[in-house]
Amino acid sequence: MSANRVRVVVTGLGATTPVGGDVTSTWTALLAGQSGVEALTTDWIDTVPVKFAGTAAVDPTEVLPRPEARRLDRSEQFAMVAAREAWQDAGSPEVPPERLGVVVSSGIGGINTTLTAYDTYRERGWNRLSPFTVPMLMPNGPAAWIGLDLGAQAGVHATVSACASGAEAIGHAMDMIRVGRADVVVAGGTEAAIHGLNIAAFAAARAMSTRNDDPAGASRPWDRGRDGFVLGEGAGIVVLESEEHARARGARIYAYCSGVGYSADAHHITQPEPDGRGIIMAMTQALTDAGVTGHDVKHVNAHATSTPAGDVGEVQAVAKAIGTHPLVTSTKSMTGHLLGGAGGIESVFTIKALQERIVPATINIDDLDDGIEVDVVHGKNRTLPDGDVAAVNNSFGFGGHNVTVVFKGA
Amino acid sequence: MAATEQDILEGLGKIINEITGIPASEVTPEKSFVDDLDIDSLSMVEIAVAAQDEFGVEIPDDQLKNLKTVKDVLTFIQN
Repeated sequence: MSANRVRVVVTGLGATTPVGGDVTSTWTALLAGQSGVEALTTDWIDTVPVKFAGTAAVDPTEVLPRPEARRLDRSEQFAMVAAREAWQDAGSPEVPPERLGVVVSSGIGGINTTLTAYDTYRERGWNRLSPFTVPMLMPNGPAAWIGLDLGAQAGVHATVSACASGAEAIGHAMDMIRVGRADVVVAGGTEAAIHGLNIAAFAAARAMSTRNDDPAGASRPWDRGRDGFVLGEGAGIVVLESEEHARARGARIYAYCSGVGYSADAHHITQPEPDGRGIIMAMTQALTDAGVTGHDVKHVNAHATSTPAGDVGEVQAVAKAIGTHPLVTSTKSMTGHLLGGAGGIESVFTIKALQERIVPATINIDDLDDGIEVDVVHGKNRTLPDGDVAAVNNSFGFGGHNVTVVFKGA
Repeated sequence: MAATEQDILEGLGKIINEITGIPASEVTPEKSFVDDLDIDSLSMVEIAVAAQDEFGVEIPDDQLKNLKTVKDVLTFIQN
């Protein structure tokens, strides 16, 4: 890195999750160890082997004006709610439209719209479809609506890499600011995929927990009894800004967004590469990009989705790429897995951990699995040291996509 | 069976409120959709789809573009 490279800071946070309708309520719930996973009571529940999920704590249709909500897919509704919170939290920065960008992703796009619109088309005909069906189902819809809402003209993008999408969005947003294409970028991830087809499809891939008798205990990363991931929904959004722009307007700075690493496993379309080469590469590149060493990294918000194959492999890779010392947690134990939204909310959590110097414990670890050398936070929350501290958010996706984002305390 | 003009007006007011947020009380016969209510063409399609469900009347696209005022829609549905 050159010493005079543009530095990027985080000035706004927004989230709507299975444990809270905004950042404050979500973070409070995480520190209290509350699960947002509950039994589902939908009409298709008898058709799928998984009967629970992390439904959003606050329904977005209760927050958005009705005329707006009806034109938005649920994934877009979450994104709008979180983006407005983040923008307001950042102090609604005054920025010329041509210097304002958006990078917001989802893994699957407007899948609820796609499926319900298909039913409408087949049962009632084409002319009963909403004229907004296409913008509701397109995966760039969340980014586009946020861009419209804010008048962003510097570029509105949607990076798609399954469950790495949200983290990849934040990486690209940081890069937009570094290369000088924008001064302020709204970035993150969203997902609304709690639908019978998605659950059936993930269950067909044998990827989901079927602990139907204990929904709140189903997401148990690193516990010996884990049996798959738990689907969650919601969105997490950050406002990124060049340090110069943020300082000039006297903005509150949460943290530096200081590095990103990307890699691809080139191994298998869904299975993690057993030696962790790809994720080690992403973490190593992210640290180099951020100009920090493994020693500087005190906290990792892990991808750890509660699958038998992924969780231990990830922390073994953390031990190699960063060291065994960081406080590692998986907030998915409480929120479930938000797929393309995961990198968004988990970046928010990583930043909150740096700001408040506390790491929320992973819940549901009754019997820590073998082969884990890193310091997995469980049982009680742990504090982070004062001073210059870096923290890492990992997100990996089907397709072999690996993304690591590095934040540094302000 | 035939709904009165007042019934249709009330139903239409509810639909327009649901889709655009415009208070139903502002949906009166003399109002122009574009000039008075600031309703764009895609919103008109949404309103037409909802009106078809509510009143059981097909509104073809070539007819829809001639429906300029609330009164035009009331007349179309009644006929």
